[in-house]
Amino acid sequence: MNTVAAQVTPLDAVPPAGGQRWVERFAGLGFAAPAFILLVLTNLAPLAALAFLSFTNYELGALDFSFVGFKNFGAALQDPVIRRSVTNTLLYVAIVVPGGVLLSLLVAILIHQRKRTRSLYEVIYFLPVTSTLIAMATMWQFLLHPTLGLINQALKGLGFAETAFLSEPRLVIPTLAAIGIWQLVGFNMVLFLAGLSAIPRDLYEAVDIDGASHPIDRFLKVTWPMLGPTTMFVTVTTFITAFKIFDTVTVMTRGGPGGASEVLLYAIYLEGFQYFHMSYAATLTLVFLAFTLVFSVLQTFILDRRVHY
Amino acid sequence: MRTSATITRPPTPVAIRMRRLVSLALVHAVLIGGAVFMLLPFVFMLTSAIKPPGEIFEATFRLWPRQFYGWQNFESALSTAPLLRFLLNGLIVCGGILVVQLLVAIPCAYALAKLKFPGRPILFSLVLLGLCIPVQAPSLPLYIAFAELGILNTYLSMMMPFFLSVFAIFLFRQFFKSYPDEIIQAARLDGVGEFEIVWRIVVPSAWPAIAAFSIFSVVAHWNDLYWPLIVVSDTKLATPPLGMMYFADSELGSNYGALAAGATIITAPLVIAFLIARRHFIAGITMTGIK
Repeated sequence: MNTVAAQVTPLDAVPPAGGQRWVERFAGLGFAAPAFILLVLTNLAPLAALAFLSFTNYELGALDFSFVGFKNFGAALQDPVIRRSVTNTLLYVAIVVPGGVLLSLLVAILIHQRKRTRSLYEVIYFLPVTSTLIAMATMWQFLLHPTLGLINQALKGLGFAETAFLSEPRLVIPTLAAIGIWQLVGFNMVLFLAGLSAIPRDLYEAVDIDGASHPIDRFLKVTWPMLGPTTMFVTVTTFITAFKIFDTVTVMTRGGPGGASEVLLYAIYLEGFQYFHMSYAATLTLVFLAFTLVFSVLQTFILDRRVHY
Repeated sequence: MRTSATITRPPTPVAIRMRRLVSLALVHAVLIGGAVFMLLPFVFMLTSAIKPPGEIFEATFRLWPRQFYGWQNFESALSTAPLLRFLLNGLIVCGGILVVQLLVAIPCAYALAKLKFPGRPILFSLVLLGLCIPVQAPSLPLYIAFAELGILNTYLSMMMPFFLSVFAIFLFRQFFKSYPDEIIQAARLDGVGEFEIVWRIVVPSAWPAIAAFSIFSVVAHWNDLYWPLIVVSDTKLATPPLGMMYFADSELGSNYGALAAGATIITAPLVIAFLIARRHFIAGITMTGIK
């Protein structure tokens, strides 16, 4: 038996025997069927339903509904809450993406050169990724308390005025963004560390011979260009994560003060699952999808090229 | 003339060492500064959990309380909210999701990687399409369907939307593709069925990918607030994040020591798991690289 096995040529080289072809078809369909059925039930059909709902005036529990064309889309464009939510979400993204990417790159580069302390720093910076954000958000809320919080007491000690980070409309999004960065720096750092260890050492040696031994030269000539694909991937995932901001808003601000921290996903949650305006929430979900789609497609594209073994 | 030459002379060993020391100090200063920011809420949580109410917001921060109040805080946290129940719910939901995800995704990924069957290219395109859809997108129609079926407030409703992970299919397919065809062919000639080939021959070799995906899945669903918040209103079914939210909203929300103790209990399992299996977590993130 074994000698026969050793002589068998690779699967694609010769067409399999008739019986084998049928076995493969049968097994292939059988293996793929559960996944396909679930894919339709939990992904494709809901998406179709979403598009359908957005053209109706359906509300949960209603016995009857009718088609209203693009009325929901028109209403969303006019809705001050939605406009504010989109602006706030984009502002949040505009802080978290550069902050979360550049800080994690800095941390990764500094940690990468450490030998004895590397794993210690790695653990510390990665800790927020595994911790339950809701629990930690509650702790941040205490730390940021306008009068009693540790951060304000430290600021007071340094001679600054008390700052109401979460109840000052101009500060609330930047504060949430700082927490957002706190949560994902470690995750991005791990990806950057993997990218850094893939850079061949002789590239740095070559640059050294050229006389560019200053760390900034080394960074600009070798590290930054070699990290290009990693940076791209990290930026895209950070964008998607940031755009989905929900947890900290729900626990810490509930959209306040005065709508200053209303974000898109939170608005969808309120419309759909608190007020049960299903058709309107469906429309908003499509808006949400439209914003993330470019980046999700980009992410999938990079994933498809990045993961090989 | 002679003295000006000292400027271009290469730096002395002492100067080199000094410069290296300064840059090392600078690097550690930056890293420690960042580390303080990262650890701030954790340190605050752990210290508040053992402080009496009067000491938590004292002007001067101390790591250890003058009066140890840990027992009282943890006791009132555990007696007012079913925290252990939340952890158990988290375990049930994450475990259930992961088991079904693996059972569904592995055969499908194997079929996509190694079997020729009609519809394979279309199925793979659908998987790629699925990768582009955030989990929050289908939640509205799923909620309506679950409400119609009367299965809101059940474990099933919390797990069901995640039973299919297109990401798992994608990751495992990549992994299986590199599995040598010769071994599969040899097994077939030995009369081993396709089902057995998947589970007894191919799966054991894919252990790194399975471990990486499992970590990714558990971390994601343990910490997920959005979906449980939507389908669960029964406190007894709350997962850790949802339970934490109820807890913070309850009248105990102003008992900061107990709240910090509760947050410690909620956060502990995953953080401890991370500290134990650090390498696997980091390898897992590197391999999956997606949130």
